Amino acid sequence: WRSSLMAANRAQIVYRNAYSVGVLPDGVDRSSEAFSRNSTAMDALLSDLQSHINKILAGGGPEAVKRNRSRNKLLPRERIDRLLDPGSSFLELSQLAGHELYDEPLPSGGIITGIGPVHGKLCMFVANDPTVKGGTYYPITVKKHLRAQEIAAECKLPCIYLVDSGGAFLPKQAEVFPDRDNFGRIFYNQAVMSAKGIPQVALVLGSCTAGGAYIPAMADESVMVKGNGTVFLAGPPLVKAATGEEVTAEDLGGASVHCKTSGVSDYFAQDELHGLALGRNIIKNLHMAGQGQLQSGVQNTRLDYEEPLYDVRELRSIAPTDHKQQFDIRSVIARIVDGSEFDEFKKLYGTTLVTGFARIFGQPVGIIGNNGILFSESALKGAHFIELCTQRNIPLVYLQNITGFMVGSKSEAGGIAKAGAKMVMAVSCAKVPKVTIMVGGSFGAGNYAMCGRAYSPNFLFLWPNARISVMGGAQAAGVLTQIEKSNKKKKGFQWDKDEEERFTAKVVEAYEREGNPYYSTARLWDDGIIDPADTRNVIGLSISVSLNRDPEDTKFGVFRM
Amino acid sequence: RWFSDSAPGSNRIEKILVANRGEIACRIMRTAKRLGIPTVAVYSDADRHSLHVKSADEAVRIGPPPARLSYLSASSILDAAAHKGLIFIGPPSSAIRDMGDKSASKRIMGAAGVPLVPGYHGSEQDIEFMKLEADKIGYPILIKPTHGGGGKGMRIVQSPDEFVESFLGAQREAAASFGVNTILLEKYIMRPRHIEVQIFGDKHGNVLHLYERDCSVQRRHQKIIEEAPAPNISDDFRYHLGQAAVSAARAVGYHNAGTVEFIVDTISDQFYFMEMNTRLQVEHPVTEMVVGQDLVEWQIRVANGEPLPISQSQVPLSGHAFEARIYAENVPKGFLPATGVLHHYQPVPVTSTVRVETGVEQGDTVSMHYDPMIAKLVVWGENRAAALVKLKDCLSKFQVAGLPTNVSFLQKLANHCAFQDGKVETHFIEHFKDELFVDPNNSVLAKEAYDAARFSAALVAACVIEKEHSAGKENLRGGNGLLSIWYSSPPFRVHHCATSTTELEWENEYDSSGSISLTLSITYKQDGSYYIETKEKANPGLEVRATKWGNHEFRVEVDGVIMDVRVAVYSKDQIRHIHIWHGSQHHHFKQRIGLEISDDDESPHKPSLETSSHPKGTATAPMAGLVVKVLVKDGTKVEKGQPILVLEAMKMEHVVKAPSAGYVDGLQVTTGQQVSDGSALFRIKIFSVSRIIINKHFRQRVF
Repeated sequence: WRSSLMAANRAQIVYRNAYSVGVLPDGVDRSSEAFSRNSTAMDALLSDLQSHINKILAGGGPEAVKRNRSRNKLLPRERIDRLLDPGSSFLELSQLAGHELYDEPLPSGGIITGIGPVHGKLCMFVANDPTVKGGTYYPITVKKHLRAQEIAAECKLPCIYLVDSGGAFLPKQAEVFPDRDNFGRIFYNQAVMSAKGIPQVALVLGSCTAGGAYIPAMADESVMVKGNGTVFLAGPPLVKAATGEEVTAEDLGGASVHCKTSGVSDYFAQDELHGLALGRNIIKNLHMAGQGQLQSGVQNTRLDYEEPLYDVRELRSIAPTDHKQQFDIRSVIARIVDGSEFDEFKKLYGTTLVTGFARIFGQPVGIIGNNGILFSESALKGAHFIELCTQRNIPLVYLQNITGFMVGSKSEAGGIAKAGAKMVMAVSCAKVPKVTIMVGGSFGAGNYAMCGRAYSPNFLFLWPNARISVMGGAQAAGVLTQIEKSNKKKKGFQWDKDEEERFTAKVVEAYEREGNPYYSTARLWDDGIIDPADTRNVIGLSISVSLNRDPEDTKFGVFRM
Repeated sequence: RWFSDSAPGSNRIEKILVANRGEIACRIMRTAKRLGIPTVAVYSDADRHSLHVKSADEAVRIGPPPARLSYLSASSILDAAAHKGLIFIGPPSSAIRDMGDKSASKRIMGAAGVPLVPGYHGSEQDIEFMKLEADKIGYPILIKPTHGGGGKGMRIVQSPDEFVESFLGAQREAAASFGVNTILLEKYIMRPRHIEVQIFGDKHGNVLHLYERDCSVQRRHQKIIEEAPAPNISDDFRYHLGQAAVSAARAVGYHNAGTVEFIVDTISDQFYFMEMNTRLQVEHPVTEMVVGQDLVEWQIRVANGEPLPISQSQVPLSGHAFEARIYAENVPKGFLPATGVLHHYQPVPVTSTVRVETGVEQGDTVSMHYDPMIAKLVVWGENRAAALVKLKDCLSKFQVAGLPTNVSFLQKLANHCAFQDGKVETHFIEHFKDELFVDPNNSVLAKEAYDAARFSAALVAACVIEKEHSAGKENLRGGNGLLSIWYSSPPFRVHHCATSTTELEWENEYDSSGSISLTLSITYKQDGSYYIETKEKANPGLEVRATKWGNHEFRVEVDGVIMDVRVAVYSKDQIRHIHIWHGSQHHHFKQRIGLEISDDDESPHKPSLETSSHPKGTATAPMAGLVVKVLVKDGTKVEKGQPILVLEAMKMEHVVKAPSAGYVDGLQVTTGQQVSDGSALFRIKIFSVSRIIINKHFRQRVF
């Protein structure tokens, strides 16, 4: 019976491949010089990336790790591994946050965040790394914590805080404490999410001092580990200074005090493994009645999907590192969608923007990819396609490789600003899940129309060859040099050739540095740099997370006609 | 021990009541079914759901679990069989009576010219008289109850000063098991073999033999490996043995199946009559395998009044057969019977040359009430060597988990060079105990065992992950249709490989302190294989790829070598038990699962798996059983090794002795009380009880 079913399936597949108009061609010439040049360049980028990753995976270094182990504590990623369902995936976010951002290294920004399933329920994990500056919050640490909460709030993910932190990093208190999106926002988010019925769970696996004490206190349920976990507003030294009282950390705010006397914590764990097991148990008991069935309005997920026809690893050889070189975005699409099937919408109109329908792991998606500069027609086509997808509640995948909108009198007169605005309006208001992947350049208003960070895609990832800035370094240098030249001219100075070249080079160098993906990801302008070969997986996981909520209706603002 | 209904006017059997349980009942029913004769099972309350009841067309309850109130109760059996026209399928009752009384049987055999072991078989049972008889025969002396069998109540007495205690013990055990406490004495033969001859007679006066079986390899006077024909005997010897057996049967006018047991003195090559079993024996399948006959069918035909189907000269003898008895027992604890649940039970597949006689199924309980035999594994080969190869292979594939068994011990026996050479004798196990049992001081073997366990642990880790993975995917609920991609293989990580850690406890036979903890680090590689390292980094990691192709079956590739692996997993008392079989290896690992979530107090968390929380000096019950005698009072001063009480289980007596010298404390059990396996019986204290009481008072005052 089973074999006949399989035979029937096979027949269906053959039928689809033979008659479907949507199967994309390979689109890659493996023997071409560009192919080998691109792949060599990408290999270098990836090995560079891997060396950075290896450093951050080592946490705060061997000494700190040893100290951590001596206290019977696991490293944050190990803690998460023990909480996750056995053998399940984990979508870690912004591994390189804080990269070369401060004078001292701050691996992963001192905090590990990401999403994975616990008892079949997707959860957001926020885990302090006590081996990195004692788990204290630098400004980027706060930003990464808040970003995780933002995703959790948006996608209705229960939050598990693995608390082991000394609180705010005091030397940088001005950048950590006072502003809206600073430390206090963490607790505000906890309160607001809790109010919306998004579970907040804290596992106190280490110290949790001062402001940090509010993480378990604000949680719906909290676990404390005997011996290692402490919660207090002021530690023993500060207490002694303030009141003269001499007390040990354990007696002041240990698990016993908080589970038996104060009621700050709910579950008493004998050791860390016990604490993590209790954490899993809390998630098991989150019944969240009814929600499981209502989630994901898109019920037509196909379970017997096909893998793409072409090797996803070839994506490493497609994108050129030189952004002047154009490549057909369809060769990327062909390697990330099921069966490489892509039913293109408005194929012959506004051809610099590629739009169409496909499935990823059986899930229908609408894909919008760049094949050159955006013209009025391309922008109108994009707006049209986005509107279609919002009507049908189809998640959107943006594949960004855009130098910007077309400039010049003809364009302006043609109302390109109006057309661009329509696309930006559609992008902004679309309430379907949105995932953006920057596979090449991301410049100017093209970044906006293609759902850049400011347009709150649910997830945004970069390829290692991506570049992001208001315009390209060379153009910027050209513009700035002209302005500088005319300023100098007004003041009566004459710029000699050498000076002009130095000025240009400086601008180009600055744009090159600031447009680099590491510069972006260190500052959390994205959710991480990914290996092109992981693109299909990452999009699938991201959409899965984004579908963890009820569908929302989209209402657009006024389209300028 | 089975009866049949026959229709009035005809003598043909039309229905059979099988007054047995377990594998033998199932075996009889199998032949009956083949012959188209309906069967009726009898069952005690403990066996209500057992296989022999399921195998029968009807079943009748005969009483509570203890055998003497059910299966051994003649009145219960006869009540169950309350029908007209009942025929007993078996020998004439006169023969049963004659042969059931060992003293009488020897008299008859002596008269018939069958050689007998020197001994005393008289009715005079006075202990002083018996002691004098023993002196006449000469030590060592064997004391045996005149009734019963299976080695129950037997004692070997090395010297006159042991005589009284052994004699009384044998009497007591005989009374408990058989209801008769008469005893006989025999010369104890130092290097004996136990060879028995299968005989068969019909109601027309024909008697023949179906060759012999060697049942020498025994532990606790019970057979564990039998074979037919007996190895290393001459045709002449075989001929005389057969003739003696036929003479023995004729002497009592025997019909139906019987076994004449001989003891063979390997030093003088003499054989002596020991006893005759008036039933179809446990080990009859080895004979069936070499003569190609169904003896149960013969029994039915003889009961129907038919003549034997063949004559002596037509009895074939082809190839060689072994039978290994698989018991629930604790080999290191002196083969003590074990009880428990068969959480996993997968015997080898049956073929024309492999028979598995079993009365249990997976999930059944081996209880304390009956013989703890799980199955009989019977194999046949063209010759002894071929049969032995098959036996070893089948033993390595015989999967039992949930209770301790003797399977690995049987493997060691079968692999022993002396056994391979057929140099079997009754003291085989005792003789080669250094090679058959684990020697904790042998560091080379200990290291080998550890390395093998480490290797198996890596396979276990890979198979369990593979299994969890496929199970996890199936358990996904609806809703987010993409959720399954979170359980892809290998699990996704951003720019690194997922790893996991597994802790397995390995029961180390070479270390009396018990289990060794193995911590395995598993890396999920991109190609779907696992890289598995143990904590000691000195040992290189293994690259393992596992493919699941059945519920318990995996195909595993390790460093280019592909092999079949079977894994069984079950949970009991917060502990996950994992068994693995591969090649000739079988390992058992334990894993802590779940945590005592309700454990809110601050008492130190116990990560160890030790279950025994008894204080030092505590004597625990080595098995579940009945207290038949308490020899000392609480508070008595005792010497190390002094008998304290006597337990009885599986119809065997076991003396619980003082583990050290001191005072008996906390002795609560009384005669007739049932105790469970591992329960505390008493404790030996160095201080007297009165001082402990003072101590207690003192403590109370302080607190």
